[in-house]
Amino acid sequence: MIWDHEHETMPRADLERLQAARLRELVARVYSRVPFYRRALQARGLGPGDIRGLADLSALPFTVKSDFRDNYPLGLAAVPTEDIVRIHGSSGTTGRPTVVAYSARDVDLWSEMMARALTAAGVTSRDIVQNAYGYGLFTGGLGLHYGAERIGATVIPVSGGQTRRQIMLAQDLGSTVLTCTPSYALYVAETAEEMGTSLRETKLRVGIFGAEPWSERMRQEIQAKTGLLALDVYGLSEIIGPGVSIECEHQAGLHIFEDHFLPEIVDPATGDPLPYGAKGELVVTTLTKDAMPVIRYRTGDITSLNPEACACGRTMVRMDKISGRTDDMIIVRGINVFPSQVEAVLLQVKGVQPHYQIIVDRQKTLDDLEVWVEVSEEAFADEVRQLEALEARLRHEIHEVLGINARVKLVEPRSIQRSEGKAKRVIDRRDVYQS
Amino acid sequence: MMKVTQISVFLENRPGRLLQLLQVFADAGVNLQALSVADTADFGIARAIVADVDEAIAAIQDAGLTAATTDVLRVELPDEPGALANRVVQPLADAGINVGYVYAYSQRVGDKAVVVLKTDDVDRAVDVLRDL
Repeated sequence: MIWDHEHETMPRADLERLQAARLRELVARVYSRVPFYRRALQARGLGPGDIRGLADLSALPFTVKSDFRDNYPLGLAAVPTEDIVRIHGSSGTTGRPTVVAYSARDVDLWSEMMARALTAAGVTSRDIVQNAYGYGLFTGGLGLHYGAERIGATVIPVSGGQTRRQIMLAQDLGSTVLTCTPSYALYVAETAEEMGTSLRETKLRVGIFGAEPWSERMRQEIQAKTGLLALDVYGLSEIIGPGVSIECEHQAGLHIFEDHFLPEIVDPATGDPLPYGAKGELVVTTLTKDAMPVIRYRTGDITSLNPEACACGRTMVRMDKISGRTDDMIIVRGINVFPSQVEAVLLQVKGVQPHYQIIVDRQKTLDDLEVWVEVSEEAFADEVRQLEALEARLRHEIHEVLGINARVKLVEPRSIQRSEGKAKRVIDRRDVYQS
Repeated sequence: MMKVTQISVFLENRPGRLLQLLQVFADAGVNLQALSVADTADFGIARAIVADVDEAIAAIQDAGLTAATTDVLRVELPDEPGALANRVVQPLADAGINVGYVYAYSQRVGDKAVVVLKTDDVDRAVDVLRDL
């Protein structure tokens, strides 16, 4: 099923004309309204009239995550504050969130993109969507919610957690669609088994899973355990949130809604554009976003693009499942975590060495974050309870900054491997990326 | 009864860590008069009484381990039932002194058993037990 036939199945030549027109308009708009972009364009000797078509895209400067931080909170806004109706955010590299603003038009656009996404997943007005993405600053919950309402489905805004209650609600209300992170989906499935039941015994038939990378193998596991058709949805708050791209029922790549989100693949090292089919970093330009448009945003996600029309009839380019990151960001339970955030916490605590390692594992099914910290002579006390108090304090401080519960493990001095170059801070034992 | 210096060493709770520490002592010619290992899920603390504390600490640090020293009580007692309770722990309890942990020496001294006590106030504990 297709929500917006006109756009989603547009011949590529027409689509490219539409993209070019929107790009010209976008560049003129940010040039006049956002000092950050005006300066960035001027630094390259570009005026708004120099971008005539898609071929000129690569002349434009990139935007990176730190630009959001440097212009915190709303320095990248292209509309006056009174036109902003919503603010969302994601964790930043220094503990301060990256915030993004939405005008009423953006909320409408986002709802429309999620309506497309849900329809591509086979969801209709007859469905009951159990939305177990977190509601709040995180874009997952409200993004799914508005899209599901747009198509007229029934939404259960249950948010994450309270897993036994989730299963009870799914049984009692007859939920047909589950939306959450893939790791949480597995956790729900295992909890159901512990309760002596199975998600196969509910009416759930489709899962729309995202906000963290997951592999094809994990998809097979989820589908086998739950009987759901498990589909990958992609998005990031800097672009809009979920709804940038989604798999249709053919599970043959994620359709990017590129009449609004113009994708490129670039070489992560040089920034040079790469052709269709080549693996590189996904870069997205928001063609129509109103309150906080973004030019050539470096997502840090590694994928490739395929412009072939899909069996579903959509002409929009498809991206591969994300196969890695260009930086050391890890995504744990849908939350972005940078090692530098953990380091900043450790440096505040007396007696702790800034030698640490982050271990991400999937205990049973939920992601488990463990931080190994070297204990110094200064911090070492003869009493177990003092060391346990130190662990508890570190755990608390990490929760304050990251909003995530981590296990803290004190380890012997010099036991964490030293490296001449970039220290290996993260050991990810999960199977989250395509191999 | 006397105040002695105990050496504590931080050990990760995994195979071979205690062995490494004991090897350090052995190589340095340090004889253990008493040894105790406390453990949690993640880490352990090995506590030892040795004749030459400075030499032992130097050997531990050379091996890259983390050590601390703590004042504890060394108490000699008749090797008979009730001695520890009646002569040591009861007077400390009466004085409101908390005992953190207790462990025993590996050898008797004459006909006496020897224990190590960690209290929250070592000097008052010495005072309470001065007649022992």
